[in-house]
Amino acid sequence: MTDGDQGRKSNVPANDSERFDRLPKTDAEREVPGRPTREAVLDFWTERFGVPPETFDDHTFWERGSGKIWAFCGDLPSPVEIEALGMAFLRTRQEHWKPTLEAVQRFGGHAEKNVIQLSREEARRFLAGEDQEPEWDGDWGYLIVTHDLAGEREPLGVGLYVYDELRSQVPKGRRRDLRD
Amino acid sequence: MEVLRRYESIVEDFEAFRAACERSLPSVVRVNTLKTTVERAREALAEEDISHEPTDWHDGLLKLPEGDPGSNWPYVQGWLHGQEEVSAVPARVLDPQPGERVWDAAAAPGSKTTQLAALMDDEGLLVATDNNLGRLSALRSNAERLGVTNLAVTNEDARNHSLKPFDGEPYDRALVDVPCSCEGTIRKNPDALEQWTFEHVQGVAGVQKGILRRAIEATREGGTVVYSTCTFAPEENEAVLDHVLEEHPCRLVEVELPLKSRPGVTEWEDETFDPNVRKARRIYPHFNDTGGFFVAKLEVTE
Repeated sequence: MTDGDQGRKSNVPANDSERFDRLPKTDAEREVPGRPTREAVLDFWTERFGVPPETFDDHTFWERGSGKIWAFCGDLPSPVEIEALGMAFLRTRQEHWKPTLEAVQRFGGHAEKNVIQLSREEARRFLAGEDQEPEWDGDWGYLIVTHDLAGEREPLGVGLYVYDELRSQVPKGRRRDLRD
Repeated sequence: MEVLRRYESIVEDFEAFRAACERSLPSVVRVNTLKTTVERAREALAEEDISHEPTDWHDGLLKLPEGDPGSNWPYVQGWLHGQEEVSAVPARVLDPQPGERVWDAAAAPGSKTTQLAALMDDEGLLVATDNNLGRLSALRSNAERLGVTNLAVTNEDARNHSLKPFDGEPYDRALVDVPCSCEGTIRKNPDALEQWTFEHVQGVAGVQKGILRRAIEATREGGTVVYSTCTFAPEENEAVLDHVLEEHPCRLVEVELPLKSRPGVTEWEDETFDPNVRKARRIYPHFNDTGGFFVAKLEVTE
């Protein structure tokens, strides 16, 4: 054994990928270093997409695995050691936080900014996982992608807009080719 | 198909039953009301020229006579979920309410789980259990696609389900849609009977009793447990009910079904069951042009 760190007990609580830990409300309540707070998650949705914080009044936020945030309608005693809790919702490991496709489909209807509307043909290409160059004058970064369906605007997924290009972030398992 | 001969004595118009079992079923999708309305889902299908027809007992169940029900915009948005008509029965019978605590004891791949979540309007606690991790991953994917957030998923043998992560409090309702010999799915899976053995029926009946027992234990007094299978075998249906009625604090209650059905059978081969098993309902394929199904509703007593 040459690694001197092995076996050393640390007093700093760490993230545990086998269980769900409820996010602390604020920085002052944080015990696990680097863990996002509920406040920061709400701020992210408000600042990036204009989704009002009360959208999530019934939801608690949980971390399982570093930077994987889940949204659960209700509450349970933390930690919870089960297979899944609510919906995988947000990735916070990188500098720019990234919502999941499922979170955007469920909550993205409340978004008021950083939303890019695609035509039916553009939406098909996006869903197939393709990059494209639609008109966009706004910020770079993660955008909520919408299209029209049954007479209303529907949130479809997440795109990454960089270098004048919209890169589809539709996960492989959710991609479909609906082009004729 | 020869296996089905054993039911000749309990199924009326047996030849029509046999003939129905040989016909395939149309694709059916359920509209996910957590994300849209039945009207908008139908409008979206119409926009894509996908012909569809509501079933006469459930306006959110749409028959799609042609094509792949997973390749269209409303599916992509999580507005639709493929679910056979009779498979939508037990969640309706359980009738969970928003805010309640509900357990789905053998949940994967989650068609009924997500239907329960929709009936609960995504409010309250819905716990879904399955012992198969691969099938649980399908359940998670389905639940997320349909936008369910009130769901807690456990990977365990339902017979030993632990309430510990959930405050130790009992459930208001439990759905026990157990693994079974699946004879009633013959119209969807023509090879469903190829692996059929009487030993399997007997073995799986033991598991069914164990799961139903745990559901009765984990549900509060006055709460509701629905037991269902997609098989015709009385060993997996009335015999399981007969066992729990004798051993555990519960009683059978009447089930009102919108589909044509028959009461549970009280006699099978050399056995006689508690007469209350007549309150259970048997759905045969030739009655409503569906798959086969069995459903019973229990109330937990002192």
